[in-house]
Amino acid sequence: MSAVGFQMNKPVLAIEGLTVSFDGFKAVDSLNLYIDRNEVRVVIGPNGAGKTTVLDLICGKTRATSGSIQFDGRELTGMREYDIVRAGVGRKFQTPSIYDNLSVFENLEMSFPKGRTVFGALFFKRSPQVVARVEEVAADIFLGDLLQQQAGLLSHGQKQWLEIGMLLMQDPELLMLDEPVAGMSVSERAQTADLLNRISQGRSVLVIEHDMEFVKSIAHKVTVLHQGKVLAEGSMESVQNNPKVIEVYLGH
Amino acid sequence: MNALNKLLGGRQGVIGLAVLAALIFVVFPLLLDAFRLNMVGKYLTYAFVAVGLVLCWGYGGILSLGQGVFFGLGGYCMAMFLKLEASDPESTKIQSTPGIPDFMDWNQITELPVLWVPFHSFTFTVIAVVAVPVILALVIGLAMFKRRVGDVYFSIVTQAIALILTVLIIGQQGLTGGVNGITDLKTLLGWDIRSDGAKLILYFINAILLFGCIIIGKFILASKLGRLLMAMRDKEERVRFSGYDVASFKVFVYCIAAGFSAIGGAMFALQVGFMSPSFVGIVPSIEMVIFAAVGGRMSLLGAVYGSLLVNYGKTYFSESFPELWLYLMGGLFIAVVMYFPNGLAGLWESHGRKWLAQISKRPTPVAPVLTKPAEAAKPVAPALETQP
Repeated sequence: MSAVGFQMNKPVLAIEGLTVSFDGFKAVDSLNLYIDRNEVRVVIGPNGAGKTTVLDLICGKTRATSGSIQFDGRELTGMREYDIVRAGVGRKFQTPSIYDNLSVFENLEMSFPKGRTVFGALFFKRSPQVVARVEEVAADIFLGDLLQQQAGLLSHGQKQWLEIGMLLMQDPELLMLDEPVAGMSVSERAQTADLLNRISQGRSVLVIEHDMEFVKSIAHKVTVLHQGKVLAEGSMESVQNNPKVIEVYLGH
Repeated sequence: MNALNKLLGGRQGVIGLAVLAALIFVVFPLLLDAFRLNMVGKYLTYAFVAVGLVLCWGYGGILSLGQGVFFGLGGYCMAMFLKLEASDPESTKIQSTPGIPDFMDWNQITELPVLWVPFHSFTFTVIAVVAVPVILALVIGLAMFKRRVGDVYFSIVTQAIALILTVLIIGQQGLTGGVNGITDLKTLLGWDIRSDGAKLILYFINAILLFGCIIIGKFILASKLGRLLMAMRDKEERVRFSGYDVASFKVFVYCIAAGFSAIGGAMFALQVGFMSPSFVGIVPSIEMVIFAAVGGRMSLLGAVYGSLLVNYGKTYFSESFPELWLYLMGGLFIAVVMYFPNGLAGLWESHGRKWLAQISKRPTPVAPVLTKPAEAAKPVAPALETQP
């Protein structure tokens, strides 16, 4: 069982020396970041710190200038976006990205990891297995009663949940969420924290968030980014008391 | 049975198909004389293009302003076969080189060009009618969509391709018949296609093929691929980051549209008896988009009505008021964009059904517009029941 032990200790995501520059401006600068299995990591930082760019780099939306991103021992830089998703990386966008014209059921079904090729999709059958999975996930994201609702008619918070649910359908090993509680009410935030704590079982979660109360309620570890570099890393408490962090957030 | 029902779009879908089938297979042949029916047959060849545009533009969000290219290539493939058959050594013995098409002889060509040789075979021709345009669409699609060229840029490129092909055809007069096109098509495997009887049969073959394309379209839209196309139009990035190769779906639907257009083109050559670059270029390509827009770009059947009506209007007005036609066509397009973006099919959905319900004096439980989400929701539950 030593192989398993070895695997458990190795970080699921290892980012080393990651740099991306846009016309000379380094949005992410020699970044090192390691995320362990089953860890919930929150990345915080002032506007323009490069948080979203890091997610873009991991999921292949932006190509790195240099550096490496190892996921489960596979190099993600240079892989196609859909191959990265198929390797087990799911990503939620900052503004809820759902299919307004489809029903909640169809939105979730679209992310079921079958029938992803042209002919696969053409002859895709809505099996009882698919229906069961959709219903299971819909219940998880508090939308169990709204399966037939057109997604465009959902409230903002429900759209955020729906997108998280679409990621859960893929059952990703690494779940990346960009501001999942932005625009949510207080009670919705509490529900989302509860949801994240439930769905982080058996997978790693990387979250970008500004809401400190929310961060406290979910984070195992917090990374502070500033000008494309890691400024501080550790528990929420240690980060909050870090003078450099206080300087960055309040100093200007 | 249930799968078939779902494919055809439930009761309303079946009624819609039946009404159109009755119109095309019964009403037109009974009411119209041979000349007018042949004209309807010609209009219906454009409907192939419009049906393809519903899939690729309406659902896929890919506005191709160069469908005439595929219509033309399909038509030229068929016309080349027919021309070779019409150019047997016996009927071309007065030429300096008998046995080659007349326009080649006029261009001092003394030997059949290599490009033309395989078109002696009917089997090859039938395959080429669909394969040549689809392969071209595949190449264009891969080159554009893999590089994520989309929206207006794609439309502009398709226009350029339409222009390039027109220039090529006109320039290579000895090979293509130039601006006159390929004319004087007489027989298909010895069968005279110019007689009224033959035209009637061709009309029906054309109509059957059109319904075949509509059914294929319905199958695609009812499948997960249809929902994916709509999802891509809503949020392309979300689809890409859900593990799909977005480009491959765009290429597929573009190729399907090209294939449909090509069948229309080939049937055009058969029914009208010639093919020329005037069906390839920018203007005819845009007209074809107008057919789909007027009929309703989200409705396969609407596209057929759009093609029939706009072309009927074109014939009627250009016979009566030749100067006015272009303005009318432009006005029609503006009206569609501004006042009824979903075309005639959209008007029918929002007004026609209500009106029909009123005159049949059946109390409708809910206003027609509101019934739509409920209908869209329906397939899930029946699908559940039918699973073994």
